[in-house]
Amino acid sequence: MASAPRDRMRDQDENARRKAAMAALAAAPADDLLTLWQDAGFIVEARPLRGPETGLVTLRGRMGGGGAPFNFGEATVTRATVKLASGEIGHAYALGRDREKARISATIDALWQRAETRAAVEERIIAPLAARASQADAQSRAETAATRVDFFTMVRGED
Amino acid sequence: MYVAVKGGEAAIDNAHRLLADRRRGDRDVPALGLAQIVEQLALAVDRVMAEGSLYDRELAALAIRQARGDLIEAIFLTRAYRTTLPRFGYSRPVDTAAMQVERRVSATYKDLPGGQLLGPTFDYTHRLLDPELAGDAIVEAPAVRPEAPEPMPRVTEILAQEGLIEPDGAAPTGTEPGDITRQPAEYPMERDVRLQALSRGDEGFLLALAYSTQRGYGRSHPFVGEIRIGEVEIELEVPELPFPVPLGRIRVTECQMVNQFKGSMKAPPQFTRGYGLVMGQSERKAMAMSLCDRALRAGEFGEDLVAPAQDQEFVIAHSDNVQATGFVEHLKLPHYVDFQAELDLVRRMRGEFEERQGATSARKEAAE
Repeated sequence: MASAPRDRMRDQDENARRKAAMAALAAAPADDLLTLWQDAGFIVEARPLRGPETGLVTLRGRMGGGGAPFNFGEATVTRATVKLASGEIGHAYALGRDREKARISATIDALWQRAETRAAVEERIIAPLAARASQADAQSRAETAATRVDFFTMVRGED
Repeated sequence: MYVAVKGGEAAIDNAHRLLADRRRGDRDVPALGLAQIVEQLALAVDRVMAEGSLYDRELAALAIRQARGDLIEAIFLTRAYRTTLPRFGYSRPVDTAAMQVERRVSATYKDLPGGQLLGPTFDYTHRLLDPELAGDAIVEAPAVRPEAPEPMPRVTEILAQEGLIEPDGAAPTGTEPGDITRQPAEYPMERDVRLQALSRGDEGFLLALAYSTQRGYGRSHPFVGEIRIGEVEIELEVPELPFPVPLGRIRVTECQMVNQFKGSMKAPPQFTRGYGLVMGQSERKAMAMSLCDRALRAGEFGEDLVAPAQDQEFVIAHSDNVQATGFVEHLKLPHYVDFQAELDLVRRMRGEFEERQGATSARKEAAE
Protein backbone atom coordinates (compact mmCIF):
# COMPACT_ATOMS: atom_id res chain seq x y z
CA MET A 1 0.00 0.00 0.00
CA ALA A 2 2.83 2.37 0.87
CA SER A 3 4.11 2.20 -2.67
CA ALA A 4 0.78 3.20 -4.22
CA PRO A 5 1.43 6.97 -4.37
CA ARG A 6 4.84 6.32 -5.88
CA ASP A 7 3.25 4.05 -8.51
CA ARG A 8 0.74 6.74 -9.28
CA MET A 9 3.50 9.28 -9.71
CA ARG A 10 5.35 6.93 -12.01
CA ASP A 11 2.18 6.40 -14.03
CA GLN A 12 1.65 10.12 -14.28
CA ASP A 13 5.19 10.66 -15.42
CA GLU A 14 4.89 7.86 -17.95
CA ASN A 15 1.57 9.25 -19.23
CA ALA A 16 3.09 12.71 -19.64
CA ARG A 17 6.01 11.29 -21.62
CA ARG A 18 3.76 9.17 -23.82
CA LYS A 19 1.50 12.17 -24.41
CA ALA A 20 4.51 14.27 -25.43
CA ALA A 21 5.57 11.54 -27.86
CA MET A 22 2.06 11.37 -29.32
CA ALA A 23 2.02 15.17 -29.62
CA ALA A 24 5.29 15.10 -31.59
CA LEU A 25 3.86 12.41 -33.88
CA ALA A 26 0.54 14.23 -34.41
CA ALA A 27 2.26 17.52 -35.22
CA ALA A 28 4.85 15.96 -37.54
CA PRO A 29 4.72 16.67 -41.28
CA ALA A 30 3.96 13.31 -42.92
CA ASP A 31 7.13 13.32 -45.03
CA ASP A 32 9.39 13.93 -42.04
CA LEU A 33 7.72 11.16 -40.10
CA LEU A 34 7.96 8.69 -42.97
CA THR A 35 11.67 9.37 -43.53
CA LEU A 36 12.52 9.06 -39.83
CA TRP A 37 10.46 5.88 -39.57
CA GLN A 38 12.21 4.28 -42.52
CA ASP A 39 15.65 5.36 -41.31
CA ALA A 40 14.96 4.11 -37.78
CA GLY A 41 14.90 0.59 -39.21
CA PHE A 42 12.47 -1.08 -36.80
CA ILE A 43 11.43 -4.50 -37.99
CA VAL A 44 7.99 -4.99 -36.59
CA GLU A 45 4.75 -6.76 -37.34
CA ALA A 46 1.79 -4.52 -36.41
CA ARG A 47 -1.71 -5.91 -36.86
CA PRO A 48 -4.40 -3.26 -37.48
CA LEU A 49 -7.10 -3.34 -34.79
CA ARG A 50 -8.96 -0.23 -35.95
CA GLY A 51 -8.65 1.99 -38.98
CA PRO A 52 -6.83 3.90 -40.20
CA GLU A 53 -10.07 5.88 -40.42
CA THR A 54 -10.95 9.52 -40.91
CA GLY A 55 -13.66 11.33 -38.97
CA LEU A 56 -14.55 14.64 -37.42
CA VAL A 57 -13.72 16.27 -34.13
CA THR A 58 -15.87 19.20 -33.11
CA LEU A 59 -13.66 22.08 -32.01
CA ARG A 60 -14.47 23.98 -28.85
CA GLY A 61 -13.56 27.44 -27.70
CA ARG A 62 -14.54 29.47 -24.65
CA MET A 63 -16.65 32.63 -24.52
CA GLY A 64 -14.35 35.58 -24.00
CA GLY A 65 -11.40 33.16 -24.16
CA GLY A 66 -11.85 31.74 -20.67
CA GLY A 67 -15.60 31.41 -20.11
CA ALA A 68 -18.20 28.79 -20.91
CA PRO A 69 -17.35 26.41 -23.76
CA PHE A 70 -19.00 26.57 -27.19
CA ASN A 71 -18.51 24.67 -30.45
CA PHE A 72 -17.01 26.64 -33.29
CA GLY A 73 -16.53 24.12 -36.08
CA GLU A 74 -15.07 20.77 -36.94
CA ALA A 75 -11.77 19.37 -38.12
CA THR A 76 -10.84 16.23 -40.01
CA VAL A 77 -8.96 13.77 -37.82
CA THR A 78 -7.48 10.39 -38.73
CA ARG A 79 -6.87 7.66 -36.19
CA ALA A 80 -5.47 4.15 -36.12
CA THR A 81 -4.92 1.41 -33.58
CA VAL A 82 -2.47 -1.44 -34.03
CA LYS A 83 -1.29 -4.42 -31.98
CA LEU A 84 2.24 -5.78 -31.95
CA ALA A 85 2.98 -9.50 -31.88
CA SER A 86 4.36 -8.92 -28.36
CA GLY A 87 0.93 -7.60 -27.28
CA GLU A 88 1.37 -3.81 -27.01
CA ILE A 89 -1.51 -1.77 -28.43
CA GLY A 90 -0.60 1.52 -30.06
CA HIS A 91 -2.95 4.41 -30.80
CA ALA A 92 -2.60 7.41 -33.07
CA TYR A 93 -4.75 10.48 -33.63
CA ALA A 94 -3.85 13.44 -35.82
CA LEU A 95 -5.53 16.32 -37.60
CA GLY A 96 -5.93 15.75 -41.32
CA ARG A 97 -6.62 12.74 -43.51
CA ASP A 98 -3.26 10.99 -43.76
CA ARG A 99 -3.92 7.30 -43.13
CA GLU A 100 -0.34 6.17 -43.62
CA LYS A 101 0.83 8.70 -41.05
CA ALA A 102 -1.79 7.41 -38.58
CA ARG A 103 -0.81 3.79 -39.15
CA ILE A 104 2.91 4.50 -38.67
CA SER A 105 2.25 6.71 -35.64
CA ALA A 106 0.18 3.97 -33.98
CA THR A 107 2.99 1.48 -34.57
CA ILE A 108 5.48 3.93 -33.08
CA ASP A 109 3.22 4.44 -30.05
CA ALA A 110 3.11 0.66 -29.55
CA LEU A 111 6.91 0.42 -29.83
CA TRP A 112 7.22 3.30 -27.34
CA GLN A 113 5.33 1.21 -24.79
CA ARG A 114 7.68 -1.73 -25.17
CA ALA A 115 10.54 -1.40 -22.69
CA GLU A 116 13.14 -2.76 -25.14
CA THR A 117 12.33 -0.28 -27.92
CA ARG A 118 11.30 2.88 -26.03
CA ALA A 119 14.74 4.47 -25.89
CA ALA A 120 15.37 3.85 -29.59
CA VAL A 121 11.95 5.30 -30.50
CA GLU A 122 12.63 8.39 -28.41
CA GLU A 123 16.10 8.86 -29.84
CA ARG A 124 15.48 8.09 -33.52
CA ILE A 125 11.98 9.46 -34.03
CA ILE A 126 10.47 11.51 -31.19
CA ALA A 127 13.50 13.63 -30.31
CA PRO A 128 14.25 14.63 -33.93
CA LEU A 129 10.58 15.47 -34.53
CA ALA A 130 10.36 17.54 -31.34
CA ALA A 131 13.60 19.33 -32.20
CA ARG A 132 12.35 20.24 -35.68
CA ALA A 133 9.03 21.43 -34.29
CA SER A 134 10.62 23.63 -31.65
CA GLN A 135 13.03 25.04 -34.21
CA ALA A 136 10.14 25.86 -36.54
CA ASP A 137 8.28 27.51 -33.65
CA ALA A 138 11.33 29.54 -32.69
CA GLN A 139 11.72 30.69 -36.30
CA SER A 140 8.06 31.70 -36.56
CA ARG A 141 8.28 33.46 -33.17
CA ALA A 142 11.36 35.38 -34.32
CA GLU A 143 9.61 36.42 -37.54
CA THR A 144 6.62 37.64 -35.55
CA ALA A 145 8.83 39.39 -32.99
CA ALA A 146 10.45 41.38 -35.79
CA THR A 147 7.03 42.97 -36.37
CA ARG A 148 6.73 44.17 -32.75
CA VAL A 149 5.99 47.87 -32.50
CA ASP A 150 8.59 49.80 -30.49
CA PHE A 151 6.83 52.97 -29.43
CA PHE A 152 8.75 56.17 -28.84
CA THR A 153 7.41 59.47 -27.61
CA MET A 154 7.69 62.56 -29.76
CA VAL A 155 8.39 65.76 -27.85
CA ARG A 156 6.18 68.49 -29.17
CA GLY A 157 7.03 72.24 -29.27
CA GLU A 158 5.07 74.76 -27.17
CA ASP A 159 7.96 75.64 -24.81
CA MET B 1 -54.06 16.76 -62.95
CA TYR B 2 -50.34 16.49 -62.19
CA VAL B 3 -48.18 15.42 -65.10
CA ALA B 4 -44.56 14.49 -64.48
CA VAL B 5 -42.19 15.54 -67.21
CA LYS B 6 -38.80 14.03 -67.85
CA GLY B 7 -36.02 15.39 -69.96
CA GLY B 8 -32.78 17.23 -70.06
CA GLU B 9 -30.51 14.31 -69.17
CA ALA B 10 -28.29 14.78 -72.19
CA ALA B 11 -28.33 18.54 -71.69
CA ILE B 12 -27.27 18.16 -68.04
CA ASP B 13 -24.45 15.74 -68.90
CA ASN B 14 -23.15 18.05 -71.57
CA ALA B 15 -23.48 21.08 -69.30
CA HIS B 16 -21.33 19.38 -66.67
CA ARG B 17 -18.82 18.41 -69.32
CA LEU B 18 -18.74 22.01 -70.47
CA LEU B 19 -18.31 23.13 -66.87
CA ALA B 20 -15.28 20.83 -66.53
CA ASP B 21 -13.81 22.33 -69.67
CA ARG B 22 -14.37 25.94 -68.60
CA ARG B 23 -13.04 25.15 -65.14
CA ARG B 24 -9.80 23.95 -66.66
CA GLY B 25 -9.70 26.90 -69.06
CA ASP B 26 -6.90 27.36 -71.60
CA ARG B 27 -4.90 24.10 -71.65
CA ASP B 28 -1.74 26.06 -72.47
CA VAL B 29 -1.90 27.56 -68.96
CA PRO B 30 -0.58 25.13 -66.32
CA ALA B 31 -3.23 23.60 -64.04
CA LEU B 32 -3.42 24.94 -60.48
CA GLY B 33 -2.11 22.55 -57.86
CA LEU B 34 -3.80 22.29 -54.45
CA ALA B 35 -0.50 23.19 -52.79
CA GLN B 36 -0.46 26.44 -54.77
CA ILE B 37 -3.95 27.29 -53.56
CA VAL B 38 -3.10 26.39 -49.96
CA GLU B 39 0.11 28.43 -50.01
CA GLN B 40 -0.77 31.40 -52.20
CA LEU B 41 -4.53 31.81 -51.75
CA ALA B 42 -4.32 31.03 -48.05
CA LEU B 43 -6.98 33.49 -46.92
CA ALA B 44 -9.53 32.16 -49.41
CA VAL B 45 -8.76 28.71 -48.02
CA ASP B 46 -9.26 30.06 -44.49
CA ARG B 47 -12.61 31.56 -45.41
CA VAL B 48 -13.83 28.29 -46.92
CA MET B 49 -12.70 26.40 -43.81
CA ALA B 50 -14.38 28.88 -41.45
CA GLU B 51 -17.73 29.08 -43.24
CA GLY B 52 -17.62 25.47 -44.42
CA SER B 53 -17.02 24.81 -40.71
CA LEU B 54 -14.36 22.22 -41.45
CA TYR B 55 -10.67 22.65 -40.70
CA ASP B 56 -8.80 20.92 -43.52
CA ARG B 57 -6.70 23.13 -45.80
CA GLU B 58 -6.30 20.68 -48.62
CA LEU B 59 -10.01 19.90 -48.80
CA ALA B 60 -10.81 23.61 -48.83
CA ALA B 61 -8.30 24.10 -51.66
CA LEU B 62 -9.90 21.26 -53.61
CA ALA B 63 -13.31 22.82 -53.06
CA ILE B 64 -12.05 26.20 -54.30
CA ARG B 65 -10.62 24.62 -57.41
CA GLN B 66 -13.73 22.57 -58.07
CA ALA B 67 -15.92 25.66 -57.57
CA ARG B 68 -13.79 27.72 -59.97
CA GLY B 69 -13.06 30.13 -57.15
CA ASP B 70 -16.74 30.65 -56.21
CA LEU B 71 -16.22 30.64 -52.44
CA ILE B 72 -19.85 30.11 -51.47
CA GLU B 73 -20.02 27.10 -53.82
CA ALA B 74 -16.75 25.86 -52.24
CA ILE B 75 -18.24 26.31 -48.76
CA PHE B 76 -21.30 24.33 -49.90
CA LEU B 77 -19.03 21.50 -51.15
CA THR B 78 -17.14 21.47 -47.85
CA ARG B 79 -20.36 21.30 -45.81
CA ALA B 80 -21.63 18.45 -47.96
CA TYR B 81 -18.37 16.55 -47.52
CA ARG B 82 -18.40 16.83 -43.73
CA THR B 83 -21.76 15.08 -43.52
CA THR B 84 -20.09 11.94 -44.92
CA LEU B 85 -17.70 11.55 -41.98
CA PRO B 86 -18.30 9.90 -38.61
CA ARG B 87 -17.78 12.02 -35.50
CA PHE B 88 -15.05 11.05 -33.04
CA GLY B 89 -15.99 13.54 -30.36
CA TYR B 90 -15.75 17.09 -29.00
CA SER B 91 -12.33 18.61 -28.41
CA ARG B 92 -11.28 20.16 -25.11
CA PRO B 93 -11.81 23.93 -25.31
CA VAL B 94 -8.81 25.57 -26.97
CA ASP B 95 -6.65 27.82 -24.78
CA THR B 96 -6.08 31.02 -26.72
CA ALA B 97 -3.85 32.44 -23.96
CA ALA B 98 -1.34 29.67 -24.81
CA MET B 99 -1.49 30.43 -28.54
CA GLN B 100 1.66 30.39 -30.70
CA VAL B 101 0.96 33.99 -31.68
CA GLU B 102 1.53 35.27 -35.23
CA ARG B 103 -0.22 38.59 -34.80
CA ARG B 104 -1.52 40.41 -31.77
CA VAL B 105 -2.73 43.97 -31.55
CA SER B 106 -4.72 45.96 -29.04
CA ALA B 107 -6.41 49.27 -29.71
CA THR B 108 -7.02 49.92 -26.00
CA TYR B 109 -3.53 49.49 -24.48
CA LYS B 110 -0.30 50.64 -26.07
CA ASP B 111 2.04 48.87 -23.68
CA LEU B 112 0.94 45.43 -22.72
CA PRO B 113 2.78 42.23 -21.77
CA GLY B 114 3.93 40.56 -24.97
CA GLY B 115 3.65 43.80 -26.95
CA GLN B 116 1.91 44.73 -30.16
CA LEU B 117 2.86 42.30 -32.91
CA LEU B 118 1.74 43.30 -36.38
CA GLY B 119 2.43 39.97 -38.08
CA PRO B 120 1.58 39.42 -41.76
CA THR B 121 -1.02 42.21 -42.08
CA PHE B 122 -2.52 44.24 -44.92
CA ASP B 123 -2.79 47.18 -42.48
CA TYR B 124 -0.59 50.16 -43.33
CA THR B 125 -0.17 49.02 -46.94
CA HIS B 126 -1.14 51.70 -49.48
CA ARG B 127 -3.56 49.47 -51.37
CA LEU B 128 -1.76 50.18 -54.62
CA LEU B 129 -1.63 47.30 -57.07
CA ASP B 130 1.89 45.94 -57.29
CA PRO B 131 2.92 45.20 -60.89
CA GLU B 132 5.82 43.09 -59.60
CA LEU B 133 3.32 40.50 -58.38
CA ALA B 134 2.24 39.90 -61.96
CA GLY B 135 5.50 38.05 -62.36
CA ASP B 136 7.43 35.74 -60.07
CA ALA B 137 9.88 38.17 -58.50
CA ILE B 138 12.11 36.84 -55.75
CA VAL B 139 10.63 37.51 -52.32
CA GLU B 140 12.88 38.42 -49.40
CA ALA B 141 12.98 36.13 -46.38
CA PRO B 142 11.24 37.69 -43.36
CA ALA B 143 13.24 39.70 -40.84
CA VAL B 144 13.86 37.92 -37.55
CA ARG B 145 14.26 39.05 -33.96
CA PRO B 146 15.13 35.94 -31.96
CA GLU B 147 13.58 36.05 -28.50
CA ALA B 148 12.66 33.71 -25.70
CA PRO B 149 8.94 32.94 -25.55
CA GLU B 150 7.07 35.49 -23.50
CA PRO B 151 3.68 34.96 -21.88
CA MET B 152 0.95 36.89 -23.64
CA PRO B 153 -2.10 37.13 -21.37
CA ARG B 154 -5.37 38.13 -23.00
CA VAL B 155 -5.93 41.88 -22.70
CA THR B 156 -9.33 41.34 -21.13
CA GLU B 157 -7.57 39.76 -18.14
CA ILE B 158 -5.68 43.01 -17.59
CA LEU B 159 -8.85 45.11 -17.69
CA ALA B 160 -10.60 42.62 -15.45
CA GLN B 161 -8.29 43.53 -12.58
CA GLU B 162 -10.01 46.91 -12.21
CA GLY B 163 -13.42 45.29 -12.06
CA LEU B 164 -14.72 47.65 -14.70
CA ILE B 165 -15.17 44.96 -17.30
CA GLU B 166 -17.55 42.07 -17.25
CA PRO B 167 -16.02 38.59 -16.85
CA ASP B 168 -15.64 36.08 -19.69
CA GLY B 169 -19.13 34.65 -19.47
CA ALA B 170 -19.78 31.51 -17.47
CA ALA B 171 -22.41 28.85 -18.02
CA PRO B 172 -24.29 27.05 -15.28
CA THR B 173 -22.09 24.11 -14.26
CA GLY B 174 -22.83 20.78 -15.85
CA THR B 175 -24.43 22.18 -18.98
CA GLU B 176 -23.12 20.86 -22.28
CA PRO B 177 -22.73 23.44 -25.04
CA GLY B 178 -25.46 23.27 -27.68
CA ASP B 179 -24.60 22.12 -31.19
CA ILE B 180 -26.42 23.48 -34.24
CA THR B 181 -25.16 20.57 -36.31
CA ARG B 182 -27.15 18.23 -34.07
CA GLN B 183 -30.17 20.14 -32.78
CA PRO B 184 -32.58 22.31 -34.73
CA ALA B 185 -32.35 26.05 -34.09
CA GLU B 186 -34.72 27.36 -31.41
CA TYR B 187 -35.32 30.93 -30.40
CA PRO B 188 -34.52 32.54 -28.07
CA MET B 189 -31.09 31.02 -28.54
CA GLU B 190 -28.39 30.78 -25.87
CA ARG B 191 -25.08 32.57 -26.39
CA ASP B 192 -23.06 29.35 -26.90
CA VAL B 193 -25.24 28.32 -29.83
CA ARG B 194 -25.28 31.84 -31.26
CA LEU B 195 -21.47 31.91 -31.19
CA GLN B 196 -21.34 28.63 -33.08
CA ALA B 197 -23.67 29.99 -35.75
CA LEU B 198 -21.76 33.28 -35.96
CA SER B 199 -18.40 31.52 -36.24
CA ARG B 200 -19.52 29.82 -39.44
CA GLY B 201 -21.80 32.62 -40.60
CA ASP B 202 -21.30 34.50 -43.85
CA GLU B 203 -18.53 37.07 -43.55
CA GLY B 204 -20.29 39.59 -45.78
CA PHE B 205 -23.57 39.37 -43.88
CA LEU B 206 -21.93 39.67 -40.47
CA LEU B 207 -19.70 42.49 -41.70
CA ALA B 208 -22.73 44.46 -42.88
CA LEU B 209 -24.56 43.90 -39.59
CA ALA B 210 -21.47 44.85 -37.58
CA TYR B 211 -21.19 48.01 -39.67
CA SER B 212 -24.85 48.80 -39.02
CA THR B 213 -24.21 48.78 -35.25
CA GLN B 214 -21.41 51.32 -35.75
CA ARG B 215 -23.68 53.53 -37.82
CA GLY B 216 -26.28 53.77 -35.08
CA TYR B 217 -28.53 50.74 -35.53
CA GLY B 218 -28.01 49.43 -32.00
CA ARG B 219 -25.17 51.68 -30.97
CA SER B 220 -22.41 49.77 -29.20
CA HIS B 221 -19.31 52.04 -28.69
CA PRO B 222 -16.79 49.33 -29.51
CA PHE B 223 -13.00 49.18 -29.01
CA VAL B 224 -10.78 46.35 -30.11
CA GLY B 225 -9.47 45.10 -26.78
CA GLU B 226 -7.38 42.59 -28.64
CA ILE B 227 -7.04 40.64 -31.85
CA ARG B 228 -4.76 37.65 -31.89
CA ILE B 229 -4.01 35.21 -34.68
CA GLY B 230 -1.99 32.07 -34.25
CA GLU B 231 -1.99 28.36 -33.61
CA VAL B 232 -3.69 26.60 -30.73
CA GLU B 233 -3.36 22.99 -29.61
CA ILE B 234 -6.33 20.66 -30.05
CA GLU B 235 -6.84 17.84 -27.56
CA LEU B 236 -9.48 15.15 -27.46
CA GLU B 237 -10.61 12.94 -24.57
CA VAL B 238 -10.80 9.34 -25.73
CA PRO B 239 -11.75 6.27 -23.69
CA GLU B 240 -8.70 4.24 -24.76
CA LEU B 241 -6.13 6.64 -23.32
CA PRO B 242 -5.67 7.90 -19.75
CA PHE B 243 -4.91 11.45 -20.95
CA PRO B 244 -6.40 13.82 -23.53
CA VAL B 245 -4.79 12.91 -26.83
CA PRO B 246 -3.02 15.76 -28.70
CA LEU B 247 -4.20 16.12 -32.30
CA GLY B 248 -1.92 18.90 -33.52
CA ARG B 249 -2.51 22.62 -33.93
CA ILE B 250 -4.93 24.74 -35.91
CA ARG B 251 -4.78 28.44 -36.73
CA VAL B 252 -7.53 30.64 -35.34
CA THR B 253 -8.32 34.33 -35.07
CA GLU B 254 -9.70 35.69 -31.82
CA CYS B 255 -11.22 39.12 -31.30
CA GLN B 256 -12.06 40.64 -27.94
CA MET B 257 -14.32 43.61 -28.50
CA VAL B 258 -14.81 45.89 -25.50
CA ASN B 259 -17.91 48.06 -25.45
CA GLN B 260 -18.59 51.06 -23.30
CA PHE B 261 -21.94 50.63 -21.60
CA LYS B 262 -23.64 53.41 -19.71
CA GLY B 263 -25.65 51.09 -17.55
CA SER B 264 -29.34 50.23 -17.38
CA MET B 265 -31.91 49.23 -14.78
CA LYS B 266 -30.34 45.77 -14.91
CA ALA B 267 -26.59 46.40 -15.01
CA PRO B 268 -24.19 49.11 -13.73
CA PRO B 269 -22.00 51.21 -16.03
CA GLN B 270 -19.05 49.10 -17.19
CA PHE B 271 -17.29 47.73 -20.21
CA THR B 272 -19.21 44.87 -21.74
CA ARG B 273 -17.80 42.48 -24.27
CA GLY B 274 -18.33 40.76 -27.57
CA TYR B 275 -16.32 37.74 -28.60
CA GLY B 276 -15.14 36.44 -31.96
CA LEU B 277 -13.37 33.15 -32.65
CA VAL B 278 -12.92 32.00 -36.24
CA MET B 279 -10.83 29.33 -37.95
CA GLY B 280 -7.82 30.50 -39.90
CA GLN B 281 -6.55 34.04 -40.38
CA SER B 282 -9.90 35.79 -40.60
CA GLU B 283 -9.58 39.11 -38.86
CA ARG B 284 -12.46 40.97 -40.51
CA LYS B 285 -14.77 38.06 -39.77
CA ALA B 286 -13.65 37.73 -36.14
CA MET B 287 -14.22 41.48 -35.60
CA ALA B 288 -17.64 41.37 -37.23
CA MET B 289 -18.52 38.31 -35.17
CA SER B 290 -17.58 40.01 -31.91
CA LEU B 291 -19.66 43.10 -32.77
CA CYS B 292 -22.64 40.91 -33.64
CA ASP B 293 -22.17 38.84 -30.48
CA ARG B 294 -22.33 41.99 -28.36
CA ALA B 295 -25.34 43.37 -30.23
CA LEU B 296 -27.20 40.08 -29.75
CA ARG B 297 -26.61 40.30 -25.99
CA ALA B 298 -28.79 43.42 -25.76
CA GLY B 299 -31.44 41.56 -23.78
CA GLU B 300 -28.94 40.51 -21.11
CA PHE B 301 -28.11 44.15 -20.39
CA GLY B 302 -31.67 45.41 -20.51
CA GLU B 303 -31.07 47.44 -23.67
CA ASP B 304 -33.95 48.32 -25.97
CA LEU B 305 -34.18 45.99 -28.96
CA VAL B 306 -34.40 48.47 -31.79
CA ALA B 307 -32.00 47.33 -34.50
CA PRO B 308 -31.70 44.38 -36.88
CA ALA B 309 -28.32 43.35 -35.42
CA GLN B 310 -29.98 42.87 -32.02
CA ASP B 311 -32.65 40.54 -33.39
CA GLN B 312 -31.47 36.96 -32.78
CA GLU B 313 -33.74 35.30 -35.23
CA PHE B 314 -33.08 37.85 -37.95
CA VAL B 315 -29.30 37.54 -37.52
CA ILE B 316 -28.83 33.84 -36.87
CA ALA B 317 -31.49 32.51 -39.23
CA HIS B 318 -29.99 34.47 -42.12
CA SER B 319 -26.28 34.18 -41.33
CA ASP B 320 -25.68 30.81 -42.97
CA ASN B 321 -24.73 31.31 -46.59
CA VAL B 322 -25.30 27.67 -47.53
CA GLN B 323 -28.92 27.89 -46.38
CA ALA B 324 -29.31 31.31 -47.93
CA THR B 325 -27.88 30.34 -51.28
CA GLY B 326 -29.93 27.15 -51.33
CA PHE B 327 -33.18 29.00 -50.85
CA VAL B 328 -32.41 31.90 -53.14
CA GLU B 329 -30.89 29.77 -55.88
CA HIS B 330 -33.57 27.10 -55.89
CA LEU B 331 -35.78 29.70 -57.58
CA LYS B 332 -33.98 29.07 -60.86
CA LEU B 333 -34.86 25.38 -60.91
CA PRO B 334 -37.89 24.36 -62.99
CA HIS B 335 -41.13 25.61 -61.42
CA TYR B 336 -43.16 24.98 -64.58
CA VAL B 337 -46.11 23.33 -62.87
CA ASP B 338 -46.20 25.84 -59.99
CA PHE B 339 -46.05 28.63 -62.50
CA GLN B 340 -48.82 27.14 -64.68
CA ALA B 341 -51.09 26.97 -61.65
CA GLU B 342 -50.26 30.57 -60.75
CA LEU B 343 -50.82 31.63 -64.33
CA ASP B 344 -54.32 30.12 -64.29
CA LEU B 345 -55.04 31.84 -61.01
CA VAL B 346 -53.85 35.25 -62.20
CA ARG B 347 -55.84 34.87 -65.47
CA ARG B 348 -58.97 34.11 -63.49
CA MET B 349 -58.42 37.02 -61.09
CA ARG B 350 -57.71 39.34 -64.01
CA GLY B 351 -60.93 38.17 -65.71
CA GLU B 352 -62.93 38.89 -62.54
CA PHE B 353 -61.22 42.27 -62.13
CA GLU B 354 -62.07 43.26 -65.72
CA GLU B 355 -65.64 42.04 -65.30
CA ARG B 356 -66.00 44.21 -62.18
CA GLN B 357 -64.49 47.21 -63.99
CA GLY B 358 -66.86 46.63 -66.92
CA ALA B 359 -69.81 46.45 -64.55
CA THR B 360 -68.78 49.66 -62.75
CA SER B 361 -68.36 51.65 -65.96
CA ALA B 362 -71.68 50.30 -67.27
CA ARG B 363 -73.33 51.47 -64.04
CA LYS B 364 -71.66 54.89 -64.38
CA GLU B 365 -72.86 55.23 -67.96
CA ALA B 366 -76.35 54.24 -66.94
CA ALA B 367 -76.31 56.82 -64.13
CA GLU B 368 -75.18 59.57 -66.51
